[in-house]
Amino acid sequence: MALKGNLRDFSTTQLLNLINLARKTGCLTVRTPSDAARLYFRDGKLVHAHTASEDGHLTTMLVKAGKLSAEQCQKLATRPEAHNDTQLGLLLIHAGYVSRDDIIQSAKRHMLDIVYALFGWYEGQFEFVPDAVPSSDRIMVPINLESVIIEGSRRLQEHERLQDELPDLESHVLRFTSNADARLRAVNLTVEEWRVISFISPRNTIKMIAQANNMDDFQIRKIVYGLMQAGMIEAVRAPGQAAPPSLAGRKMSVEKPPAVKRSVIERLISRIKRI
Amino acid sequence: MQAVKMVITGPFNAGKTQFIRAVSEIDVVSTESKISSEAERIKDSTTVAMDFGRITIDDELVLYLFGTPGQRRFDFMWEILSEGMLGFIVMVDSSRPETFREARHILQVFRSYAPTPYVVAANKQDLSEAWGIDDLRIALKIDPQVKLLPCVSTDKEQVKRVILELLYSILEEMDLEEQS
Repeated sequence: MALKGNLRDFSTTQLLNLINLARKTGCLTVRTPSDAARLYFRDGKLVHAHTASEDGHLTTMLVKAGKLSAEQCQKLATRPEAHNDTQLGLLLIHAGYVSRDDIIQSAKRHMLDIVYALFGWYEGQFEFVPDAVPSSDRIMVPINLESVIIEGSRRLQEHERLQDELPDLESHVLRFTSNADARLRAVNLTVEEWRVISFISPRNTIKMIAQANNMDDFQIRKIVYGLMQAGMIEAVRAPGQAAPPSLAGRKMSVEKPPAVKRSVIERLISRIKRI
Repeated sequence: MQAVKMVITGPFNAGKTQFIRAVSEIDVVSTESKISSEAERIKDSTTVAMDFGRITIDDELVLYLFGTPGQRRFDFMWEILSEGMLGFIVMVDSSRPETFREARHILQVFRSYAPTPYVVAANKQDLSEAWGIDDLRIALKIDPQVKLLPCVSTDKEQVKRVILELLYSILEEMDLEEQS
C-alpha cells in the first residue's frame, strides 16, 4: 500500500510516529522545491539518511564531525576503498585515523541533523517505499525513533510558540518602531536579518518577504520574532485586512440515542444481509 | 411504521453519496450543487444539505441512511442530521491524506453529539495511492477497539459489510449495557 502525501497534511512527527509504531522497514523520501531528504528505516528504527546537499558518505560525516580534515579526505578519495564506506571505515580504524565509536557517533550526528531539520519542513511531498534499503556499502547505525520524536516535538513547540507570536504571515506587514534607528546602529545584525529589514514596506506582507528571501515560514518567524524582541520592528495588520472573527466554540448537545430494542437491530442485520 | 436512522459522515469527496447509493432501494435524494470553489473542483457536484437513502426492513420497520455534507460551511446540518441516530459511519478517502485531519475532526464532533456506536470506513481501497488499514489507524489515531473497515463504496457487498459491522457494534453495546 502506498504511503504518499504532503507534510502540510501529515507532519514529520506523524510520519515518524507511524513508522515507529508500525515497525516499518523502507525508505522515506521527502521533496521540497529547494531540498530533498531520504531516510531509511529498519523495523521502525532510523538507520541511514542523506539529503540533496549532504550525501551521507562516511567521509562527509567524518569531516562534518571534525574527525577528518578536508585534506585527509582528498587523499582518501584516491584509495580504492573510498567508494565503499564499510571498507573505508575499516581502513580508517586500522590506520588509527578514527575509532569505531567516532564512526558511530558521526553517523548518528549526521542522521539526527537531517531528521531534526525535517521537523522544520512544513510542506513537501513524501513517499514511503516499503522494504527499500540503502546500498550495502553504507554505514548504518540504528536510532530509536521515540527519542527523536520527543526532541523533534520539543523543537516543534518552539515553532508553535513563534506561530503564536506571529499567527498569520499573509495578513501582517512589518514596520519600524519609533526608535528603531538608534537600535539598528547599536546592534550587529546577521545577513538574513538585514535582508528581511531591507524588504520592510507597507506593501510587503511577512509572507512576501519570506518568499523574496527564499525563507520558509519557520526561518522568517525566527528572524522577525528576534527583531521584534529587540524592539526594532513590529508586526501590524496589512492595510485593508479585517480582524478575524471570534472563534467561539459552538455548544455541543449530548443526547442519548433513542431506546431501540435488540430485536430491531437483529431485523436490520437480517435484512441487510439479504440486499 | 418504525423508522430508524444511520448517519454516513466524512470529509468532502470521501464517497458518502456513493456509499448510500450502493444499498438504497430508492434513488438517493441528493441535495447536490455545482462546485464553485477551485480547490474543491475534483468532482462536478457535492452534497450541500444531505443525502437520503432508504432500506425497507419489513412492514413495520424502515432504515434511513443520511449522508452529511462534506464541506465545513454546511456543518450546521451535522447536528440536525445526527439527532436520534442509531450510530454513524465515518468515511475516509484512503488515498487523500490531506483529508485525514478533517476526518478526525468530524469523528470527534459526531462523538460529542451522541454516545452512539460508530465505525470508520477506509474508502477507495481499490486505488493505488490508498493508504493501508494499519497505517490509517495510526494516522487517524483510531483506538484499537474501534472498527476500521476497508471499503470501496461502489461495491455493494463491501458497503453492506460496513453497515453490518456497525449493527454488530450496536448489538455489542446493548450487551454491555445489559450486563451493567
